Amino acid sequence: MTAPKDAASGDDGTPREDETPHAPETRPAGPADPTPAGPPPPANAPASAQSTSSPASAQSTPDADSAQGASGADSGEDVSGAGSAQGASGAGSAQGVSGAGSAQGASGAGSGEDASAEGAEPAVVAGGAAAAPAVVKAAPVKGGRGLRPPSWLAAGFLLPALVLLGFLVVYPIAFSVVRSFFGADGHSFSGVDNYTGIFKGHDNLVTVRNTAIWVVVAPTLVTVIGLIFAVLTERIRWSTAFKLVVFMPMAVSFLASGVIFRLVYEQDPNMGVANAAMVAVHDTFEPGAGYPGAGPRPGKDALGSQQGDGSIVSTRQYAAGQTALLPLLRIKPEDLPKKPVQAVQPPAAKPGGLTGAVWFDFTKGGGGTPNQPNAGESGLPRVKVEAVRGGKVVGTATTRDDGTFTMKKVKGGGPVALRLPKSNFTASYGGAQWLGNTLITPAIIGSYLWVWSGFAMVLIAAGLAAIPRDALEAARVDGATEWQVFRRVTIPLLAPVLTVVLVTMVINVLKVFDLVFIIGGGDPHASVLALQMWVESFGGGNDPGKGSAIAVLLFLLVVPAMLFNIRRLRQERA
Amino acid sequence: MRTGRRVISAAVVAGLALSAAAACGGGDKKKDDGGSTQGSALKGVKIEVAAKWTGTEEQNFREVLKAFEKKTGATVSYASTGENTDAYLGPRIAAKNPPDIAILPQPGLLQQYAAKGSLKPLTPDVVSEIDANFSPYWKNLASAKGQTYGVLAKAAYKSIIWYRPKVLQDAGVNPPQSFDELVKAAGTLQDAGQTPFTVAGASSDSWTLTDWFENVYLSQAGPDNYDKLAKHEIKWTDPTVATALQTLGKIWGKPEWMAGGLATATKTKFDESVTQVFGQQKAAMVYGGDFAAANISTTKSKVGTDAQVFPFPKAGNTAPAVLGGDVAVALKDSKGAMEFMKYLASPDAGKTWAKIGGYLSPNKNVGPDAYSDPVAKQLIEAMQKAGDSARYDMSDLAPAAFGGTPGSGEWEALRGFLQKPSDVKGAQDKLESEAAKAFKS
Repeated sequence: MTAPKDAASGDDGTPREDETPHAPETRPAGPADPTPAGPPPPANAPASAQSTSSPASAQSTPDADSAQGASGADSGEDVSGAGSAQGASGAGSAQGVSGAGSAQGASGAGSGEDASAEGAEPAVVAGGAAAAPAVVKAAPVKGGRGLRPPSWLAAGFLLPALVLLGFLVVYPIAFSVVRSFFGADGHSFSGVDNYTGIFKGHDNLVTVRNTAIWVVVAPTLVTVIGLIFAVLTERIRWSTAFKLVVFMPMAVSFLASGVIFRLVYEQDPNMGVANAAMVAVHDTFEPGAGYPGAGPRPGKDALGSQQGDGSIVSTRQYAAGQTALLPLLRIKPEDLPKKPVQAVQPPAAKPGGLTGAVWFDFTKGGGGTPNQPNAGESGLPRVKVEAVRGGKVVGTATTRDDGTFTMKKVKGGGPVALRLPKSNFTASYGGAQWLGNTLITPAIIGSYLWVWSGFAMVLIAAGLAAIPRDALEAARVDGATEWQVFRRVTIPLLAPVLTVVLVTMVINVLKVFDLVFIIGGGDPHASVLALQMWVESFGGGNDPGKGSAIAVLLFLLVVPAMLFNIRRLRQERA
Repeated sequence: MRTGRRVISAAVVAGLALSAAAACGGGDKKKDDGGSTQGSALKGVKIEVAAKWTGTEEQNFREVLKAFEKKTGATVSYASTGENTDAYLGPRIAAKNPPDIAILPQPGLLQQYAAKGSLKPLTPDVVSEIDANFSPYWKNLASAKGQTYGVLAKAAYKSIIWYRPKVLQDAGVNPPQSFDELVKAAGTLQDAGQTPFTVAGASSDSWTLTDWFENVYLSQAGPDNYDKLAKHEIKWTDPTVATALQTLGKIWGKPEWMAGGLATATKTKFDESVTQVFGQQKAAMVYGGDFAAANISTTKSKVGTDAQVFPFPKAGNTAPAVLGGDVAVALKDSKGAMEFMKYLASPDAGKTWAKIGGYLSPNKNVGPDAYSDPVAKQLIEAMQKAGDSARYDMSDLAPAAFGGTPGSGEWEALRGFLQKPSDVKGAQDKLESEAAKAFKS
């Protein structure tokens, strides 16, 4: 899965320090072992095999010194489609040799370092694959010491690494574990209180819940999207360009990504592109109304009242031939006509009709007589007015530029109420509350997808490239549909890669901090454990004990995933 | 076993911090050595000062440092602590490598450090300078267990509301004198089609909500209750708190009075709330301390003409005067440190700083004349008039877990109240349970 380490090794063919102790662990090349890896003729023994592309060929190189890595003559992995044959390298390889005293070179827990020059030693039987099925315990070899450094020297070389590892990894972990059992001051022993505290209280539970959502949703989506991209890019012409674009977010720092997505999710459609898109789509189907938020004057001298459904109904009833005044307030400056026309008294109504005026009843600078069109007050054009009697609309009109309207004929007899339907006042659609209490975690996961799906795509695409074409073609020849090929052939062959991506993402998601920190901006509804850890210890909680407890918990949660990944790597190499 | 471990950790951290400090110091020195040295009392003495200021605030403070260098010949380097002062200082104190002077944004931190014994008490020399220049309330704030540890270096006046005079004029509204007038003015503004407020209710900036509360509470319940609540001597379930919350609810209960409604208000950061009013002209008024002037200056509006202030209207009998401020403390016993503290306590430093701008001095001997900016003059007059009834920002006096942490404690409880202003009882219970937790530890 990882970099092709083996190729790098053995450039000079000198024996390398290898890790013989691991050798025994290497499993037999396994049932998956393809037959092609037939036993190379013993004559080839001195030469080591080169195992890159063609699994079967234990290519014999005349020049033992130029041997390229320990190679597995078997490299069963190759065929498994994991595309990871490289990494697997030599492990399986020369196990057959095992019994032979000089096996070290070939073994190596996949370190890839092992130069196979050892092969030069006479006893080597290169035909590893042949002997493979048997579990061969490579006897810890004492022989052949001659070319290895004395153990004290080896220890001396290891020491700096061990010291660094101890200081930078082991000590902090141990210290955190110890610290997590002490209170905020660091002296008082608090038992497991810090641990139980993680699951107490509403906010903490939200944090745990969010982490659970993250771990379940984010890796799955990343893998699925990565898979889709990888499969699709295989079939388009500009696939490299496409991959580059999808992978690009990885080049952006997570902090910057957070800032970008904070802007994307901005509530105001004029600033946040997510809401701008939603509003654009919404308004295409349901355009905004003229005077959102407008309303009648409250109080006892009100001439109209706002109904539950948003329409405004006159308090008075009007008979035919009368005039009506319908003043409105709370008109936003941006909704007023560009060139306001002075509001005027409505013209006298003809018999059988109704006239009236709808205007913005607020005199600039205050003052003015309420409910009268004063100087400086603007008429409201294009307001729909309905005359209603007994719940039935018996006449309609629309206001002119000065706000007056004339209803030529009101059907039937008797007084009517005037209604300004709610279509005049519907508040413009503001988009979704991306960073509201409910959507905030999904929104942040969305930004995470943006960052990481490119990464998944690249890994999966690499795996996809290693799938043997003949398997796909065979399926097609057999009449499988594309979907069946994808579902029954591609995915099973890709499964190892998908698992690795998924598990890697799980580890990654448990640590997610920056995006939540920036986009969430401290909102407890967005919090996750990794962020909480920081908040408890440094971000104001001032309690390193609690922080350490969360750190230890996270560590424990990551451990299974790590073990799984390590085990997989071992298997691949074995 | 435990001590051993701590020694090792201390040593490691100290090593890291030292190299970091050295790196910072190096960079700073170059900049600061610009001024020619005149005084020589502290020649060769190096002082490191840590504060959270950045940008213009940092530039202005560096000017003050330069003036001190000039006066004494010492070399002062500046280290920025970032937003979270404790996160910066805590490890350095633990590593026994603190800066000489730190400027703490909350007296709560001073108490916390004093209790741990991390602070050096001021010498009698410096204390007498403080006595001469500061009111006893400020001295008490910077004292713990009878020892004076700090000098209030910079004040923030938090009892003001910024507004756009033109909008208020158009709506025929005068700057309100009382909270009820404020409510009425907001209604009139809305009738006129203007959105009255922007509210900065984002989790990261909910301190503005605590300031709203403090102003209302101080003016309704009076300074004595204010002091008690600040120390958690009366509970948050107290009826006075209920009254204050109900009063706040008269404005917070009207989402249509906030630009963008509740959805936007609960996501708006402080600087956005200011620029929305004075840059994008989305609303008429915004709550903000004197420091909002810095945000206004990033817009086209001009402080003093397009942006004016009125005192936070009183909701009760007391005209509220809530102050914030940064307290300088000495973390090392060096000679330079004490000299610097004395300088900060003197009117000298205040006057130098006041002239540069962006600054209000709690020093009563720095008169309004020292200020170059007319708005600052107006504010300092109001502040000095409030005299003994002025109070320090309550949330900054509380333990950080309650009064200073985004997303928890008082910040989040009041943010919850902003989202659901009808539930006064629920808000009180939440406040009390959070306070109880924070004050216990």
